[in-house]
Amino acid sequence: MSKLRILCATKRVLDYALKPRVNKANTGIDLTGQKQSMNPFCEIGIEEAIRIREKHKDRVEDVLAVSAGPPKSQDTLRTAMAMGADRGTLVEISENDTLEPLTVAKILKAVAEGEKSNIIFLGKQSIDDDCNQTGQMLAGLLGWSQATCASEVKIDGDKVTVTREVDGGTEVLETELPIVITTDLRLNQPRFASLPNIMKAKKKPLEKKKLADFGIEISQRFKTLKVVEPPVRKGGDKVENVDAMVAKLKELKVL
Amino acid sequence: MFKRTCLAGLRQSQRLSTLRHSNALSTLAIIEHQNGTVQPATLTAITAATKLGGSIHALLAGSGTKELADKVAKIAGVEKVLFVDNAAYDRGLPESWAPMLVENVRKGGYTHVLCAHSAFGKNMLPRAAALLDVMQVSDIVGIEGEDTFTRPIYAGNAIATIQTSDKIKLVTVRGTAYDPAETEGGSGTVEAASDPEAASSTTWKSEALSKSERPELSGAARIVSGGRGVKDKENFDKLIIPLADALGAAVGASRAAVDSGYADNSLQVGQTGKVVAPELYIAVGISGAIQHLAGMKDSKVIGAINKDGDAPIFQIADVGLVADLFNAVPELTKKVQA
Repeated sequence: MSKLRILCATKRVLDYALKPRVNKANTGIDLTGQKQSMNPFCEIGIEEAIRIREKHKDRVEDVLAVSAGPPKSQDTLRTAMAMGADRGTLVEISENDTLEPLTVAKILKAVAEGEKSNIIFLGKQSIDDDCNQTGQMLAGLLGWSQATCASEVKIDGDKVTVTREVDGGTEVLETELPIVITTDLRLNQPRFASLPNIMKAKKKPLEKKKLADFGIEISQRFKTLKVVEPPVRKGGDKVENVDAMVAKLKELKVL
Repeated sequence: MFKRTCLAGLRQSQRLSTLRHSNALSTLAIIEHQNGTVQPATLTAITAATKLGGSIHALLAGSGTKELADKVAKIAGVEKVLFVDNAAYDRGLPESWAPMLVENVRKGGYTHVLCAHSAFGKNMLPRAAALLDVMQVSDIVGIEGEDTFTRPIYAGNAIATIQTSDKIKLVTVRGTAYDPAETEGGSGTVEAASDPEAASSTTWKSEALSKSERPELSGAARIVSGGRGVKDKENFDKLIIPLADALGAAVGASRAAVDSGYADNSLQVGQTGKVVAPELYIAVGISGAIQHLAGMKDSKVIGAINKDGDAPIFQIADVGLVADLFNAVPELTKKVQA
């Protein structure tokens, strides 16, 4: 029975509660001065790693949180460590660079190989670019099994059983370590970091790396030509009662 | 509404790109099927392929696909159908699907691969993209040219137009962005595809699909959705389901309703659930968080019943009724039946 070395990928994104605003130049979302937090699906990944440790105490050797992004992404790693990750690795890029899922997958592959990870958690998607790609790409590059949109993970020896959410219900997959798992919302309810744990997290090791350390270059396949607000729906017409509602729906030819 | 604007813009830009690129452009469309039937979302991806111009080949894999291939050959616009008749592909496991797809993409020299942005497409295509060392363009709602696509970001709060420099474009198409292709009238040829028989490291064990006699959520013309305001599962079954049945509608739910156990996960409408665009969407007891709106705001007509007149749902509802849903919904059900 192999020891478990868990890697959790985390991304810093615009806080989910904030309404994104398109910038004046129509080139992207205005993030200046806006609160940024850990992508909610990544939090679920960390939480699941911590729960695995609580359940398989002697087997888990290490829970490592990794983030790739500008220097500020270390805040996200500290949050992960406050939740219970042992240490963090920040793969730093400049504020002006953008990482695409394929590059992130290559970075994570390099980190996972260096760390001899055998379980990798990622969120199923980040709530900014909504791509839903990185985990699958990483599994493909590593040649590992993948289980995306997981709502339940069971580890029994080297056997891993994952329930995943699919169109119309759920399905259950069985595989062996190593595995890449991406988290769905229903996998768990992430814990809040307590104040003492936030203090302790400040002392946990955080290693900083550059893309060059892994021999990876920023490769940008996509060029964003423009970003616009979606067409505004003209709504807001209220009716007095059920009869008026039925009449209006008939008038709109949907009844 | 949004859908239409997109399509209008599309038709125009399409004409240009078709003229310019029709010689070199060739698309492989991935066919999803269940119980011998092609999934509706797949037909939408084929319509998207016709907008690109160039030749369209279709790929399907699984047991019994040899027979199904003849049906696929009749889909309007499909020139050639490639099939792999092998039960190993039945469960759509990406570990075996992705290498098979990659081999056929290389062999056929395709410039584009299109797949529905479904659970299967989202799971498999990025793995294939990594094996081809290309990016994937996820969840497109518009095509501006052979390498330029529009897609929603930030839960649909912004629409990005992106241009890719990858030689092979792997694209997933939002199911509500295009009309489905006609399933009759085509006359494609049928041919066996390459089957590398890549073994999957994962085994499929079981599935639990929610059974329903009502229309399937993602393709339904009418949807009635319930939210937290419905209060419990009993009320959901007593109020939402009869209204849906009276309208011949599919049943949907907000994340709050699903998380509270009022309705099954598979009924969730929103950024993390299904994205729908029916003719009529009735939101009952749903406040209208952006997470939910991302999944339904392209519906043609939105009706809302909520006792809070300031709920954000009213800002986008075409017909809003500020009322206690426990009185209004039974009354509406009765009047719709009459």
